[in-house]
Amino acid sequence: MKIKQISIFLENKQGRLAAVTKLLAEEGVNIRALSIADTSDFGILRLIVNEPDKAYEVLKEQGFTVSMTEVIGVAMSDEPGGLAGVMEILEKRQVNIEYLYAFVGSAYEDALVIFRVENIDDAIKVLQEKGINILKGEEIYAL
Amino acid sequence: MNWNEKYETLPREDLKELQLERLKQTIERSFHDVEHYKKVMQDKGMEPGDISSLDDLSKLPFTTKEDLRDNYPYGMFAVHLSEIVRIHSSSGTTGKPTVVGYTRNDLNTWAELMARSLACGGAGREDVIQNSYGYGLFTGGLGVHYGAERLGASVIPTSGGNTKRQIMIMKDYGTTVLTCTPSYALFMAEVMQEMGIDPKTDLKLKSGIFGAEPWSENMRKEIERKLDISAHDIYGLSEIIGPGVAIECEEKRGLHIFEDHFIPEIINPETGETLPIGEVGELVFTSLTKEALPMIRYRTRDISRLIEEECSCGRTHIRMERVSGRSDDMLIIRGVNVFPSQVESVLLDIGETEPHYKLIVDRIGTLDTLEIQVEVSEALFSDEVRRLEQLEEKIRKEIDTVLGISAKITLVEPKTIERSEGKAKRVFDKRKY
Ligand SMILES: [Zn+2]
Repeated sequence: MKIKQISIFLENKQGRLAAVTKLLAEEGVNIRALSIADTSDFGILRLIVNEPDKAYEVLKEQGFTVSMTEVIGVAMSDEPGGLAGVMEILEKRQVNIEYLYAFVGSAYEDALVIFRVENIDDAIKVLQEKGINILKGEEIYAL
Repeated sequence: MNWNEKYETLPREDLKELQLERLKQTIERSFHDVEHYKKVMQDKGMEPGDISSLDDLSKLPFTTKEDLRDNYPYGMFAVHLSEIVRIHSSSGTTGKPTVVGYTRNDLNTWAELMARSLACGGAGREDVIQNSYGYGLFTGGLGVHYGAERLGASVIPTSGGNTKRQIMIMKDYGTTVLTCTPSYALFMAEVMQEMGIDPKTDLKLKSGIFGAEPWSENMRKEIERKLDISAHDIYGLSEIIGPGVAIECEEKRGLHIFEDHFIPEIINPETGETLPIGEVGELVFTSLTKEALPMIRYRTRDISRLIEEECSCGRTHIRMERVSGRSDDMLIIRGVNVFPSQVESVLLDIGETEPHYKLIVDRIGTLDTLEIQVEVSEALFSDEVRRLEQLEEKIRKEIDTVLGISAKITLVEPKTIERSEGKAKRVFDKRKY
């Protein structure tokens, strides 16, 4: 139920993002989803890839500051209110959402959203109780 | 362990008597054999006979690096070149190099002091000492080398650089004692991690003797933890003799100065006034036994403090606190005196940072600005922007408290700050005067 996400510390200057994507491409790692949170000085690049362990090792070896975190991937109907419904469930049960981002360009018929929450086990339980479709890591990596 | 039980534990009264006798001889010889000393003493209307007690030392003029440069290369030597058996010199990056010479007896003294230092730092005959100080004009390499041989240890003269090979040697040859700069020790620890070598299980290292650049208590802890050793601070400078002027014993509360060979003083760097024992100021040394290059009241520019209290190790020699900065590297930012080492302690005290940082001083209009770039280590990294911003804020507040000035904190990617295998360059002053 949990998906491995790779986070990388990047200075906010030209070429850093490209350095990461180029490195992963060279190593044959495919990026499934990507989000950047940044300030004027630095950014945090978050990635879902097909081979998270390999990506982690490769990036670390090249001297990047990198961490692996667990996130939830939720499939929801691709129509107005889909995301709001899931958010409402989490809010009602007081699950703190740290951040979320949408999954890009998949052939999947539903919309996919990645959630990073404070307590991942609670969140999974809550969403399952409500019959929300949570994707397994393997499903996501293989998309 | 004491290498020279008699002299290292000499009762202080006897020590002072010995110092006075040797001081008088040094002044006498310097006056007659070195034109410079004769001139500066005569300018003050003094002659050797005016020195009749240790307190009289403070009447004598200081010797500075400038004096050595003005008398470049051999003008300060008290013996003929035929008596000199070794010459070392500084790199001269900030002007003319300073040249120092040694007679056979001087080399003998130096080896004795380095043997004492290594023994004090936990080394003995059975040890394999890997000496990663640079061999060459710099006194670190050869100084440690001959001390290690005097001690009877097995010395591996790896010198600096080629870190992966150094680590291989350390592992294969069973190195037990490492000697190098503290920043190089940390650099080695990083490379070990990359190579998958665990000092706890793969190496026999037990202690390290580190010097030639200022470092902090937290940096010691980090080196001790990462290399699984006991780390000792060693102090020295080529003008005085080289490494082996002072060394930390197992107490690690200050470095014992070998007072049978040197007299330390602390002065106010602004006024030159001698300060009472216990106060912080610039270290000044007078050599007592040097033949080739006697040094009278040499201004080291190093900031320290003397500790008079008895030490539990049994050595009677006075201690100096680890050097906390340089009176000439001191940055003046918005009128405030800042030593890079202060910034380092703040970063280390926060505890979450690898000690890799860079200070950039600039001036916008008439206002000095200080930016501190700090590398984000894995331990420090959070995948949330908010947490990293909190970290920046915490560092900024601490710097503000300790230095009394505000700084811009910038988190940077690891390894973006240049690592050096010798001294690390951490200060970039872009101000134009
Ligand atoms: Zn002691």
